[in-house]
Amino acid sequence: MEALLAQDPMLPRRYRVKRVWKELGDVASLELEPIDGEPVPFQPGQFNMLYAFGVGEVAISISGDPADGSGLVHTIRNVGAVSAALTKVSDGDVIGVRGPFGTAWPVAQETGRNIVFVAGGLGLAPLRPAIYHVLQNRAHYSGLTLIYGARSPDDLLYAEEIKSWKSRFDTEVEITVDHAAPGWTGQVGVVTIGLDKALAGIDKAEVSAFLCGPEIMMRFSVMSLTAAGVPEERIWVSMERNMKCAVGFCGHCQFGPDFICRDGPVFRHDQVSRLISKKEV
Amino acid sequence: MTARTGGSFILDDPAPLVDALRADGWRVIGPREGDGAIVYDEIETAADLPRGFVDEQDGGHYRLRESGNDRWFDYVVGPQNWKKWLFPARQKLWSATRTADGFDIDPEKVEFPKTALFGTRACEIAAIEIQDRVFDNGDFADAGYRHRRENTLIVAVQCARSAPTCFCSSMNTGPRAEAGFDIALTELEDGGFFVECGSDRGAEILDRIDATAADAAAEEAAQAVTEQAAQMQMRSMPENIAGLLKDSLDHPRWAEVADRCLSCANCTLACPTCFCSDVEDVNDLSGDHTERWRVWDSCFSLDFSYIHGGAVRRSTLSRYRQWMTHKLSSWHDQFDTSGCVGCGRCITWCPVGIDITEEAAAFAAEPAEPADAGGLET
Ligand SMILES: Cc1cc2nc3c(=O)[nH]c(=O)nc-3n(C[C@H](O)[C@H](O)[C@H](O)COP(=O)(O)OP(=O)(O)OC[C@H]3O[C@@H](n4cnc5c(N)ncnc54)[C@H](O)[C@@H]3O)c2cc1C
Ligand code: SF4
Ligand code: SF4
Repeated sequence: MEALLAQDPMLPRRYRVKRVWKELGDVASLELEPIDGEPVPFQPGQFNMLYAFGVGEVAISISGDPADGSGLVHTIRNVGAVSAALTKVSDGDVIGVRGPFGTAWPVAQETGRNIVFVAGGLGLAPLRPAIYHVLQNRAHYSGLTLIYGARSPDDLLYAEEIKSWKSRFDTEVEITVDHAAPGWTGQVGVVTIGLDKALAGIDKAEVSAFLCGPEIMMRFSVMSLTAAGVPEERIWVSMERNMKCAVGFCGHCQFGPDFICRDGPVFRHDQVSRLISKKEV
Repeated sequence: MTARTGGSFILDDPAPLVDALRADGWRVIGPREGDGAIVYDEIETAADLPRGFVDEQDGGHYRLRESGNDRWFDYVVGPQNWKKWLFPARQKLWSATRTADGFDIDPEKVEFPKTALFGTRACEIAAIEIQDRVFDNGDFADAGYRHRRENTLIVAVQCARSAPTCFCSSMNTGPRAEAGFDIALTELEDGGFFVECGSDRGAEILDRIDATAADAAAEEAAQAVTEQAAQMQMRSMPENIAGLLKDSLDHPRWAEVADRCLSCANCTLACPTCFCSDVEDVNDLSGDHTERWRVWDSCFSLDFSYIHGGAVRRSTLSRYRQWMTHKLSSWHDQFDTSGCVGCGRCITWCPVGIDITEEAAAFAAEPAEPADAGGLET
């Protein structure tokens, strides 16, 4: 924060694209390094504002490993003008970065607990830094489960990496897809199917859950978790709203009393439960 | 510190004060008559002030007319407010130029000359102090805003009358400004001004003019002026509104007011505390030079809440609800103060005369949350 206070919070820093690679048809990951100065450390769950020259700036979560200082990794889905420009950069290009902003997944505080990650679609990207943290400190946690839902088998993000996690004896992975394709032998349906299955064998009071995905998916997952007996104050969600400044000035990301850019994006569920069930907040 | 800090004085009219400010290098922004309303623009002498004018205001109604007397400050607040100067409607943040292997970014240097806000009312001082908290929120500070505020001097005018739309008394923001000014003027009933000096900077200005010390009688007369303005107030805000609204998201009143609201955003533009903004990227024809601008925005626009897939707040109900609950309730959570100072602008400048005090009263009158509310429960 000190470093951010020292400079104009609306002014991007220039970063060079070290490497860009395709993840899925419309999703790319970028590895970035600052042109001037040192990389800024970040915590899992935080995001940056990425700027494409002449096009605009959007909020993108950091998807890389917080313990690996070599580069800053973001995973971006092309859904509009700015995200299109960002997914189409080449190695060596320059983009603007402001951040990191926002609250973090408190995984480091939840040692000793049985960690459950629930991701929907691109929601796996903001969770990945937290997953890395637990994997690297696996002995400090009593369990690790990833429940991941995607539209189809072709939409599974980080598929190779998930395979390697799944092959570890100390990590459970449940994958469900909305629509199967020929050759798919896994689950079909909504994420909560995988969630109920994963919860069946574990002590619910021991679970700390971290959720990221479409709001409707998080809502149903929270219902499953609490119904099964996971304490509400051990559930965290990451929220998304339109965001223009990321520093609490522009007003766009308000969610009742909270600014999602500063008070979130990661919230303990009981902080937002009053409003998350209401439409059009 | 000069002998005058904290003192009070008597002046015949505001002219020497305007002259002294300008002689000391201050740009003076004050009320002027423009297009039939009070607007805030640069003044060169006291003769530019709209002396002898008074306003008529009510829900959806404003008229500025000659009062038939020669009093200086009988009108109250108009459609504009001081954020136009401190938080401009359009400001360039930075520009960038393409280079052989990327681009360079040039920060925009904010140049705001020493500026006196002349004729600031109590509610407006409260509004400026609210925006001070918004733009320096503990984690981040807006450097441009801070620069403008540091170069600002406030000459307050204590209100001698209230419009029917004013309700600052119930918001504890006026009509008398107790602090937050460098100099404050009260136009006394029988002519002449009671002058309060609120700061060293104010004292330096007052040192330049020939003002006699005020006596206790003058101070009493000045108090009576603002008391009279307070007595005139016809509207008020229910005291417990912040808490009430928290539990009223599904109240049927939202649908009722949404039926009348045009979602035109006039209220947010007129409001002196509304701070929401958007950004625009402006490119030149070559595509090699680009500028990033920050512009006023409003929670009443559909795009405001747009995320991929569509706006979050599609209905007028949800947008009016966002505006009013933010102003009167969640603002307390965010900034430890109400977002409303009771200036009444949103009432006067709403084309259909929606009245925030009347809406608040409706929630206060029926605070229960009916199960079958017309709200937006999922
Ligand atoms: C905290 C946070 C983290 C995010 N992390 C990621 C991520 O890791 N990967 C990723 O692909 N996307 C992420 N998003 C979503 C991403 O910001 C939007 O997809 C992006 O803004 C779309 O911009 P666009 O110009 O390409 O699309 P358009 O649909 O043309 O959007 C126009 C404008 O609307 C606003 N907007 C649109 N959708 C969103 C949105 N979902 N959230 C906020 N503002 C939006 C932006 O200002 C955008 O420029 C995140 C959003 C938030 C708030
Ligand atoms: S909400 Fe209305 S009355 Fe309150 S400060 Fe804003 S414009 Fe004035
Ligand atoms: S309340 Fe009135 S001024 Fe505000 S958006 Fe609705 S119609 Fe416009």
